[in-house]
Amino acid sequence: MNLLMLFISSSLVSNVVLSRFLGICPFLGVSNKVKTASGMGIAVVFVIFISTFVTFIINRYLLLATGIFNTDLTYLQTIVFILVIAALVQMVEMFLKKFIKPLYEALGVYLPLITTNCAVLGVALTVVDIKKYPTIKEALVYALGTSIGFLLAIVMLATIRERIENNNIPEAFKGKPIVLVTASLMSIAFYGFSMLNIGG
Amino acid sequence: MKIMIVSTLLMGTLGILIGLVLGFFSKIFYVEVDENIKKIRDILPGNNCGGCGYAGCDNLAEAIAKNEADVNACPVGGVEVANKISKLLGKESKETDKKVAFVSCDGNCKNVSKIYNYNGPMSCKMISKMPNENDKRCRYACIGCGDCMSVCAFGAIKIIDGVAEIDKEKCVFCKKCIEVCPKHVINEVFYERSVRVKCSSKDIGKIAKDVCSVSCIACKICEKNCPESAIKVENNVSHIDYEKCTDCKICVEKCPRKCIVAV
Repeated sequence: MNLLMLFISSSLVSNVVLSRFLGICPFLGVSNKVKTASGMGIAVVFVIFISTFVTFIINRYLLLATGIFNTDLTYLQTIVFILVIAALVQMVEMFLKKFIKPLYEALGVYLPLITTNCAVLGVALTVVDIKKYPTIKEALVYALGTSIGFLLAIVMLATIRERIENNNIPEAFKGKPIVLVTASLMSIAFYGFSMLNIGG
Repeated sequence: MKIMIVSTLLMGTLGILIGLVLGFFSKIFYVEVDENIKKIRDILPGNNCGGCGYAGCDNLAEAIAKNEADVNACPVGGVEVANKISKLLGKESKETDKKVAFVSCDGNCKNVSKIYNYNGPMSCKMISKMPNENDKRCRYACIGCGDCMSVCAFGAIKIIDGVAEIDKEKCVFCKKCIEVCPKHVINEVFYERSVRVKCSSKDIGKIAKDVCSVSCIACKICEKNCPESAIKVENNVSHIDYEKCTDCKICVEKCPRKCIVAV
């Protein structure tokens, strides 16, 4: 039950894009077609899941004072995590290029941009909290919840944008402005989830 | 001191380890890239204008290498680029009939008057949603706000006296203006041929004559006088079939409205 609650709260209640404002760049950049948006979302789910797994282990066994060095190296978290995430994204890119070429082409420049997607680093830096995420189980459920929240948000925005495309929008709102307005309305809608009462 | 040594050691080992793993992975997931794609890409102009119908020069290079596109698919590079690519691939290049965009309207301020004063945003698309679909009396006329001028990446379009004019030397036929024009007055014509119909009015003769002094009134004089029968009047406006046209310019002389011109 606790894990389910964690999943729902991380994916809906505190949605990574719509209420914590992380990962806005791909959210606005790759959301003009549902196909590429879902591709991007799935790539982010994949990268967040693996990077959280790796960074969690690195943090627990190398960086914390209880790790193998017996030294408190937590100040190295940011730089080590960025290094690991960048390498992971590179690997995902090579993997996609070899096995799923259409997805690789559809994502284009946005795949390397996952490297600097703050949602990925944000999750990695959130799960270092030992009290809230005592074991890797919680950390992975949190990572999955967050990334699926991202996937949900980007696919929803993409479907709305595909419909906006055919509408007659005032000149001043064309392009990015209408997308930002849409995103903020979605954010308000997601705010409703904060009243959600899970399991009493 | 210990912290310093340990952190340096940690970062160093991590860096080396990740480097090794990445190198290893790039060996496993190595994808062979066709040498030709890179060479073709270097020959292409690199404007990424999308005139060929592909997303950019990279995609066109790939399509050419895969034989999906012709060597002369790039409208910007023209014959020169086509020859270079065909030399590289050892293929015969089809002689390209160079095309350019042409504004089929001469409804400038002298020839056609306005029916109301428009004061909104200066955009052809906006005005085409206004009453009469135009602020000029002819609803098929070039609006002249320069939507085409702003999409032209090559500076080939100028608005002269309320009508767009395309410099055929600068035009690379990327078709951006043809797409953006809400009145559809920009057409494709052959660079080599000089005879052009400079009117798009689909109104019947009387109305066309009423609203503009250089409109095609579908009198069919050109159709009757053309020795090659290359001109057809369709939808109340003359059309030239360039397959048959021999550039004799008889129609230019005979046209009573002077809407068939030689440039």
